[in-house]
Amino acid sequence: MHYRRALNVEIGARNMSETLISIASRGRSQGASGRITLRELGRFRRYLSPLLLVAVWQAACASGFVSTRLVASPWQIAQTAASLIADGTLTSNLGVSLLRAGAGFSIAAVVGVTLALFSGLSRVGEDLVDAPLQIMRTLPALALVPLFILWFGIGETPKVLLVALGATFPIYLNLHKGVRSIDPKLLEMTRTLGLSRLDTIRNVILPGALPDLLIGVRYAVGVSWLMLVVAEQVNAESGIGHMMMDAEDFLRTDIIMVGLLVYGVLGLLSDQIVRFLEAKLLVWRPLARGATR
Amino acid sequence: MSAALKRVQGELAAASVHAASHEDGNVAVIVEGLTRRFGDGPAVLDRLDLAIAPGEFVALLGHSGSGKSTLLRTLAGIDPVVEGAVSRPREVSVVFQEHRLLPWKRVWENVVLGQEGKDGRDRAAAILEEVGLAHRIDAWPLTLSGGEAQRAALARALVREPGFLLLDEPFAALDALTRLKMQGLVGELWKRRRCAVLLVTHDVDEALLLADRAVVLERGRIRVDMPVALERPRKHVDPVFEDKRETLLKSLGVSL
Repeated sequence: MHYRRALNVEIGARNMSETLISIASRGRSQGASGRITLRELGRFRRYLSPLLLVAVWQAACASGFVSTRLVASPWQIAQTAASLIADGTLTSNLGVSLLRAGAGFSIAAVVGVTLALFSGLSRVGEDLVDAPLQIMRTLPALALVPLFILWFGIGETPKVLLVALGATFPIYLNLHKGVRSIDPKLLEMTRTLGLSRLDTIRNVILPGALPDLLIGVRYAVGVSWLMLVVAEQVNAESGIGHMMMDAEDFLRTDIIMVGLLVYGVLGLLSDQIVRFLEAKLLVWRPLARGATR
Repeated sequence: MSAALKRVQGELAAASVHAASHEDGNVAVIVEGLTRRFGDGPAVLDRLDLAIAPGEFVALLGHSGSGKSTLLRTLAGIDPVVEGAVSRPREVSVVFQEHRLLPWKRVWENVVLGQEGKDGRDRAAAILEEVGLAHRIDAWPLTLSGGEAQRAALARALVREPGFLLLDEPFAALDALTRLKMQGLVGELWKRRRCAVLLVTHDVDEALLLADRAVVLERGRIRVDMPVALERPRKHVDPVFEDKRETLLKSLGVSL
């Protein structure tokens, strides 16, 4: 009976106000230690539905309800992943993909930051750079694939450049906006302090635009993976995308799904890295500090 | 001594200080024939003359649109002098209504922003001690309360050892109790440092509490230029205080 009351209270506390939480903790202090594990279970509730989905998926495959030729079962995918890692296929292709994404993203970072600072810090730069970039960003970058293949062939160049092209825009747009939206009152203040233009850029404009730059970087990382998927599925001889296209020819849905899984994990990891950077670089924001604590 | 007599004597004394400073050429700030208009509109500042002696505390009152802000911005060097002449000390500091601290720099880094030399932190520490903010030297500005942030802004203004300090409604955004404390602090700091001060304010009591002279601006011209030769610390119950308060309020269009 104790147990059931505590359960109800726990559920209520999660959904409702702090008063209920305080009731819950009082209930806990009265009762047995078994309830703490129950509370910990509550934290894992978020993972319950994905796990359930995987279980249903496995069951559907095992019972023959879904053809394993069309959809590999989770267990099969795990086994395939293990063997792909064991024979080095996955690791070598992953290495190639990472290199391409890294190279493309690095180019985008340099070009995007340079252009954004040039157009953000000077009127001439704005007139020269902003208009063409605003026009070009409306073009879907993927539509350039045929053109890039004609121009650069089917080697590494078009793939890296495609990633670079796609990732440049979010970096440019966000940093440019960040530079332009610095509080004019702060700039006025630095003038009364007699700061030089260079000191103002260093102390006010760049740190003030950093949060926007990091938002741009986060978008750019996402776009990089997207561009990479397309680039590697068209005329590639290596990479995760190529591995998946190869598997298509042999109806190996398990390999395709391993590829999807890898893309998913890569996206998640890179997002975590940028979040970590945000927490490190923007410690001055009360929100960021709260998150790291 | 009757209050009225005291007042007359006080005003005479203030007037002579004022005159003497002119004769010596010993003036911190001179504004001569300053005119400013935006577009084809009426003049915001209309052939304005104003002199502030070194160490003098002047309060500038006026309605919104009277030209207070334009005058302050011109004196701060943010707005250009288009017509007329302005002379001011080399070191001028401004405290605005908003603290205008850089959120990404710690308090002490904000205080010595743009200052050369390696002893920055020590200098910041000394001045923060003076404004009563030594315990927040390493804090991030976004974690400061309104009063603390304004103390930091005051420290940033004073670390430059200005000959002329401009205060643009620095207490307007603070709660009533914090405002009282800050007014006391500014009075103390001024007594110690004796730089010329121009305090722009809407608050008649604040002007009478702190200033040697109250100037009321109206349509870009000085309407009232009244010495406030009361002994410090000043009390609201002083009949002279009350009298001056009425005069200032009347010149601002408020009759009691």
